[in-house]
Amino acid sequence: MAQIFHRSTNLISRATIFGAVIIIGALGAAAYAVALSPWYTEQNVTRQQPVPFSHRHHAGELGIDCRYCHTSVEKSSFAGVPPTQTCMTCHSQIWTNSSMLEPVRASYRTDVSLSWTRVNALPDFVYFDHSIHVAKGVGCTTCHGQVAEMPLTYRAGSLYMSWCLDCHRQPEKYLRPKSEVFNPYWVAPKDQLEKGRQLKKEYHIQSLVTLQSCSTCHR
Amino acid sequence: MASDGSQNLAGTSRPEPLLGPGHTLETVTDKISSIVLTRGTTPGWVFGFLVAFAALMLLNLVVTMLMIKGVGIWGIRIPTGWGFAIVNFVWWIGIGHAGTLISAILLLLHQKWRTSINRFAEAMTIFAVMCAGMFPLLHMGRPWLFFYLMPYPNPMWLWPQFRSPLVWDVFAVSTYFTVSLLFWFVGMIPDLATLRDRAKNRASKIIYGMLSMGWRGSAVHWHRYETASLLLAGLATPLVVSVHTVVSFDFTIALVPGWHSTIFPPYFVAGAIYSGFAMVLTLAIPVRKIYHLEDLITDRHLDIMAKVTLATGLIVAYGYLMETFMAYYSANPYDRYMINSRMTGPYAGLYWLLIACNIVIPQALWSRKVRRNVVTLFMISLVVNVGMWLERFVIVVVSLARDFTPSAWGMYYPTKWDWATYIGTFGLFFTLFYLFIRFLPMISIVEVRSLVHETNEEKVH
Repeated sequence: MAQIFHRSTNLISRATIFGAVIIIGALGAAAYAVALSPWYTEQNVTRQQPVPFSHRHHAGELGIDCRYCHTSVEKSSFAGVPPTQTCMTCHSQIWTNSSMLEPVRASYRTDVSLSWTRVNALPDFVYFDHSIHVAKGVGCTTCHGQVAEMPLTYRAGSLYMSWCLDCHRQPEKYLRPKSEVFNPYWVAPKDQLEKGRQLKKEYHIQSLVTLQSCSTCHR
Repeated sequence: MASDGSQNLAGTSRPEPLLGPGHTLETVTDKISSIVLTRGTTPGWVFGFLVAFAALMLLNLVVTMLMIKGVGIWGIRIPTGWGFAIVNFVWWIGIGHAGTLISAILLLLHQKWRTSINRFAEAMTIFAVMCAGMFPLLHMGRPWLFFYLMPYPNPMWLWPQFRSPLVWDVFAVSTYFTVSLLFWFVGMIPDLATLRDRAKNRASKIIYGMLSMGWRGSAVHWHRYETASLLLAGLATPLVVSVHTVVSFDFTIALVPGWHSTIFPPYFVAGAIYSGFAMVLTLAIPVRKIYHLEDLITDRHLDIMAKVTLATGLIVAYGYLMETFMAYYSANPYDRYMINSRMTGPYAGLYWLLIACNIVIPQALWSRKVRRNVVTLFMISLVVNVGMWLERFVIVVVSLARDFTPSAWGMYYPTKWDWATYIGTFGLFFTLFYLFIRFLPMISIVEVRSLVHETNEEKVH
């Protein structure tokens, strides 16, 4: 009687058993890599806006304070997107004929807001408050990245929970003196950890248990 | 257990044989393999399978509805957040325990009577654990996020709450399923090779050939097979105790009266084996009748299983007694109220039915006549299955429905979807079981063959 299986079946079956382990592991690793990739998180991806607004020009080269436009950042959960009137404080005087700014002037004439695309939007199940972070010495650039060097705005963080927890577990890595919170060019000093620990005490930052408690952010 | 047999004609007290008379190695192999290979698909099998499959489709419907509408279609309302889903989970997982006990502990204890029932008891374990495992997943509300239960590297930096017994459950049940499946499969390899060798058509030769993984029956193969079986038995043995202990932790480390007790682990384990043996009897009695296996699964097998059922039932009865006693002895008003509410409260009828099913009626098993009568034995096994289900219902629902403050009380009423889910898992269980008895050797050919030798030896004496 002829054999049902060819000799090579031995090799194939062994390869299948070990191959399955490797393939499953590789699929897991690939899924993780995709989850971290900018393609999925939109981290570092510039978004199309109605007007190609440059933070590099305004916040960097011109040195306009963040709060000039994002007025409610110290008082409210939401930093605030400026109304067209804020743009027109300057642009009624300069670049008044620029075609690039026509949508801004149109918005001013018709009283219809510009519809900006949100770049940093947290999911609705996260409670986030700008004012408390600013008040406790977390600088703008800590989360938003080098905004003063962004010709077009992109998101600097992944917005994953790990990204939040990185600071909530070790705030001393990022805390800065209150005078430096709005400085877009602030660089951490060499002894940041030590300084950060002092600031943590000085600002009465909550315990790590509170900072990492589920209900601190998921209320 | 060895001295239970009837006296044989010669007057010496030798136990009844575990195998019918006149069996040789060949007849055993013929008998078991022919069920799969030559008996074919009978109308009875098709009918049973279709009924089971219809119930499985009901489960399909329920799960779809559950995905669309959420767990609100069940009757679970705060304060009774755990309803049928958890009751059924504990019930199904308990049923599995008999299979593991038979295949692992009795193997290590060299109990020969396990050989003809272990294969389908193990299959029962695996299918029951599948049914059980579904319930917590469906109960989560968002089953597609089930992988949150496992600790795996993730960009949320989120791990399961290791202090929660619900997470221990995940590990206990998944380990249990893996080990049971391996044990079942490894034990079946020589039998699958027998089927491969006896198969007539090419498709079954190839399928059984692949499943038997190149088994040739060489001495090396047998040596490895024995070693693997022993190792797996060693792995599975602690699981018999640990899995239901962990399941009982869901109800012991909480603060709700009735869910705060140290006696739960042992009596849950005993209860699991109790219901498991009842289920083995429920399945074995019809199967052995339909497939004419009375000389392989003898009356003595049923008798021994009935005794195990009786013994574990007594442990369970002791557990109930102690639970009640401790409630009074502790002088804790909440615990006392919990017991009072069980006995006289809104669910009192179910409690007394549970006592009747689990404690009173099974006492009939003391009688040899009852144990030897397949009809009464079958009825009692059904009664015990019902009783053990009621036990879980009483523990889960009554405790939640009546906790510390009357303002937080609330009743639980199962909806039609609750029942449909439960019936649906029966569909899954029996669909798999029908496929199993049709396509796999439901009795271990290898191990029963080892009995032939011993039975013949006894005759010579």
